[in-house]
Amino acid sequence: MMNFSKLKRQWLLAHFVCCCGWSVWGQVVVSPMGQTRLDSMQHIREVAIVATAKKTYVLPPQRLEGKRLQALTTYSVADAVRYFAGVQLKDFGGVGGIKTVDVRSMGTHHMGVFYDGIQLGNAQNGQIDLGKFSLDNIEEVTLYNGQKSDIFQSAKDYGSSGTIYLKTRRPKFDANKTYNIHLTMRAGSFGLANPSFLWEHKITDNISSSLSAEYMYATGKYKFRYRKELPNGHVAWDTTAVRQNGDVNALRLEGGLFGYVPGGKWHLKGYFYDSERGIPGAIINNVWTNAQRQWDRNAFVQASFQKEWLKGYDFMLNAKYANDYMRYLNPDTTLMFIDNNFLQQEVYLSMVNKYSIMPQWDVSLSVDYQWNTLQSNMHNFVNPDRHSLWIAAATAVTIWRIRAQANLLATYVYDNTRTPEGVRQTMRDEWNLTPACFLNYEVIKGLDVVAFYKQAFRMPTFNDLYYTDIGNVSLKPEKTTQYDVGVHYDKYWYSGFFRQLSLKTDAYFNQVNNKIIAVPKGNGQYRWMMMNIGYVEIAGCDVSLRTQMRFPYDVFLNVGLNYTYQQAHDMSDPTDNDPIYGTYKKQIAYIPWHSGSITAQLTYKSWEMNYSFSYVGERYHNSANIPANYEQPWYTHDINLAKEFEFKKWKLRIAAEVNNLLNQRYEVIQNYPMPGINYKGIVKIMF
Amino acid sequence: MKKLLYIVAALLVLNACEEPQGGNTQPPQVVTPTETTSLHGFYLLNEGNMGSNKATLDYFDFATGTYTQNIYTLANPSVPMELGDVGNDLKRHGGRLYAVINASNKVEVMDLTTAKRLGQIDIANCRYITFHEDYAYVTSYAGPIQLYPQYEQKGYVLKIDTLTMQVVDTCVVGFQPDELAIVNGKIYVANSGGYLSPNYENTLSVINLTTFEEQQRIEVDVNLHRVRVDKYGKLWVSSRGDYQGNVSRIFCVDPQMDVVIDTLDVPCSNMCIVGDSLFYCASQFNYDNMTEVGTCGIINVKTRMVRTEHLLPDDVTLVKPYGILVNPLTGDLYLTDARDYVTPGVLYCFDSEGKLKWKTRTGDIPAHFVLW
Repeated sequence: MMNFSKLKRQWLLAHFVCCCGWSVWGQVVVSPMGQTRLDSMQHIREVAIVATAKKTYVLPPQRLEGKRLQALTTYSVADAVRYFAGVQLKDFGGVGGIKTVDVRSMGTHHMGVFYDGIQLGNAQNGQIDLGKFSLDNIEEVTLYNGQKSDIFQSAKDYGSSGTIYLKTRRPKFDANKTYNIHLTMRAGSFGLANPSFLWEHKITDNISSSLSAEYMYATGKYKFRYRKELPNGHVAWDTTAVRQNGDVNALRLEGGLFGYVPGGKWHLKGYFYDSERGIPGAIINNVWTNAQRQWDRNAFVQASFQKEWLKGYDFMLNAKYANDYMRYLNPDTTLMFIDNNFLQQEVYLSMVNKYSIMPQWDVSLSVDYQWNTLQSNMHNFVNPDRHSLWIAAATAVTIWRIRAQANLLATYVYDNTRTPEGVRQTMRDEWNLTPACFLNYEVIKGLDVVAFYKQAFRMPTFNDLYYTDIGNVSLKPEKTTQYDVGVHYDKYWYSGFFRQLSLKTDAYFNQVNNKIIAVPKGNGQYRWMMMNIGYVEIAGCDVSLRTQMRFPYDVFLNVGLNYTYQQAHDMSDPTDNDPIYGTYKKQIAYIPWHSGSITAQLTYKSWEMNYSFSYVGERYHNSANIPANYEQPWYTHDINLAKEFEFKKWKLRIAAEVNNLLNQRYEVIQNYPMPGINYKGIVKIMF
Repeated sequence: MKKLLYIVAALLVLNACEEPQGGNTQPPQVVTPTETTSLHGFYLLNEGNMGSNKATLDYFDFATGTYTQNIYTLANPSVPMELGDVGNDLKRHGGRLYAVINASNKVEVMDLTTAKRLGQIDIANCRYITFHEDYAYVTSYAGPIQLYPQYEQKGYVLKIDTLTMQVVDTCVVGFQPDELAIVNGKIYVANSGGYLSPNYENTLSVINLTTFEEQQRIEVDVNLHRVRVDKYGKLWVSSRGDYQGNVSRIFCVDPQMDVVIDTLDVPCSNMCIVGDSLFYCASQFNYDNMTEVGTCGIINVKTRMVRTEHLLPDDVTLVKPYGILVNPLTGDLYLTDARDYVTPGVLYCFDSEGKLKWKTRTGDIPAHFVLW
């Protein structure tokens, strides 16, 4: 929810407002966080704005930013995202384990992840591993159900069933300062050493640069324990071991140029990530360690430019080139030896036009083009190429107390592959149309009733279609349809005990059609083929509550509560309706009925204490909801304490974290044990 | 602050330690009336999908008509991580039951009457087992490695002394050897070449039982899988095909001449020979309409003719016929359906007329029977 913007200088705020085209009708109040600091001439009194920005979004997102984001004891973006309602994190454990996100049970493939406004792609398997994205340089993580209900956005922004936006820090400078330097060191359990560096420089009043570098090393070792009790309470067996082959070695370099032009802004950024990691694998009887390795090298450059050309006419251009290399090695001689490498390339261009016909009526048209290719040293690999075109037409109107938005997205996909003789052949040539509409009715100020309907789909990935032996070229896109109705209430007070109360409840019904599932085929063992055989119906409800309270002596308490109920039924095979063993109308794999989280942040002057709790209820690792497939509920408590010291020209922040405080042993994915209690210390110097 | 403390306190109390636990099972079920027979029952090994650690052993008892799932965990509650990952073969020898657990790199040795664990033999990527006198012979994909000129790893057969449970000898064969059978003083090993797709192996290795050395290869067809001996001492071999032009077939090999003497154009994923009848089952994937059809039939091993290709009644459809057993005393046919490999399978019992007697649910990928 938009609320207290972070501690921004007034001049910056002005800048912010004019650049983003948001009108702020809030009231200026004294910041609850950083108290007035009139000790230094350089400081202007800090303020926060209760920024009820011009509501460009019909549906407000879930947002973690600034202090709230920093407060979470996290290793990566994935750890932060689990504090959003409706989200299930698929976590294979450890610092290097794959972490993907499933929103409202539609599947991890349906999440779009955008990095500074441009979507991160993985045409090979369609999954973005959020565990690979550090929070070091991220200032805001936003989750939209459906899509960002804004109409000044690229056509791909309309294309996913749920969207996460990661926004990196855009340089901002205190008065009379032309640079910012941040030095951070994190160290702790799992043999973690994680230094990072940020340098921001103000080149001119309108142009600034940013350079950030981060290195992470971790052995990934942690103790895990499996035990079993007999029905009479005796311990049947109890075994503790150390997770092996979970080491990570990763370097991230990121540089950007940011500028403002009259009525617009631009940025140019480069990203480079290079890593080697072990794949710890499933823990099974007699096998406690794995030898598989993976190397990833991801690089991209992207640029964005936006400007109001004429009054009422806004224009935006985005461009990106990405080059992703992955090598997978299985050196284990007890298994099939594999040494495969994959190179993906992506070129992306986008143009967005928005025109305000009347102050209350906007229309937009955006067109995106993308080219993807995948090469591999795999035997009989077909080297697929994909050309995609997205065209989105959208409109937003405000009538009386109703704000509405509707869009239609047309997606064209053209694939070709190479035969063993090297001849290119067309494999796919199709158009898809998906509509969406969003409504917001303001009952009284602060109380909104919202609703949306959206169709989306995900294209079968290159792996689904063309992976040697497994791929199935006749796959159809996997479609989702979402219906959502919600009531959102927001209230702010400028004095007294309660400062904020925000309550959001949403009820939804989703359908996933033509779900792509691997099914065994033929007489051989472990011969699989991807098929469009799944159908899932999800009925759920998300509730989130956020409050801020002010206690005497300037003690502030922020509390956030999230709760999700989901009934995600496997409707794929009506004949498989055995009341015990059947899968029909049973909960799909790894989706708990109940899940939730609590975050609490207590601040007193420069002291800060954070507590977070996350809960995932009982689940089954299969749609056959029988005891043999049962997965225990789990919950973790994380806590941290931070203090900021301010010296003349520089600031020092020291934080200590304890995660999984009660040392709970748990698994998110069957046979992938998660770490017990673990610690981290952070020292950050800013000048 | 108070509120926070209260919440923390409440959560601390809430935090009853719930740890991952395996081996939750269904209670035993009476599936059929008591059957008076000299046999005790049969074990059924469920493979469990790779990585799931869900190889389980089920047991059917004739005397009570009771089917019990996951009997290994009931008999061995204190074995950590239970039976293991991917149960690939199950055989009996003397008073012992041997389960080849492929991804757990071991052969589990149990008491035949109680399923109590007696020990394990560690063999990397072990596949199938057979016996001769006091020795067990196990195929494994993980033979010696050759790095140059290119990476190569042949499979081998391990000879194990069943008394000491120690490997006493090895014999290198072809790539990815699967089933093996012993007849006429020779071991016949089906080389699959399953890791070499699309360049599969196409031979049987013939090992001299006395010298334990490979003495020749017999060319049969691509991607060989099963090898069984009938009562006339003939070998019945099945191929998986290459999933493209070459389909799955059944062959008859004469171990006197070491030549293929017959080819039957019948797809086969599993077989069971009782008397003059070879019962086979298969699932054929049709690439035209992307569907899978389960079939089941009988071959007369004496005449080497297909007696029927439609053994199952019309009202019973199996997605993926997988394990097969015929009771030699009654002629009852036990057939499993592995379905989608990840949800519980089904065990069907048909009488000798092909009529469904009973069915029950099993573990994941029910596959290998031992009748005793």
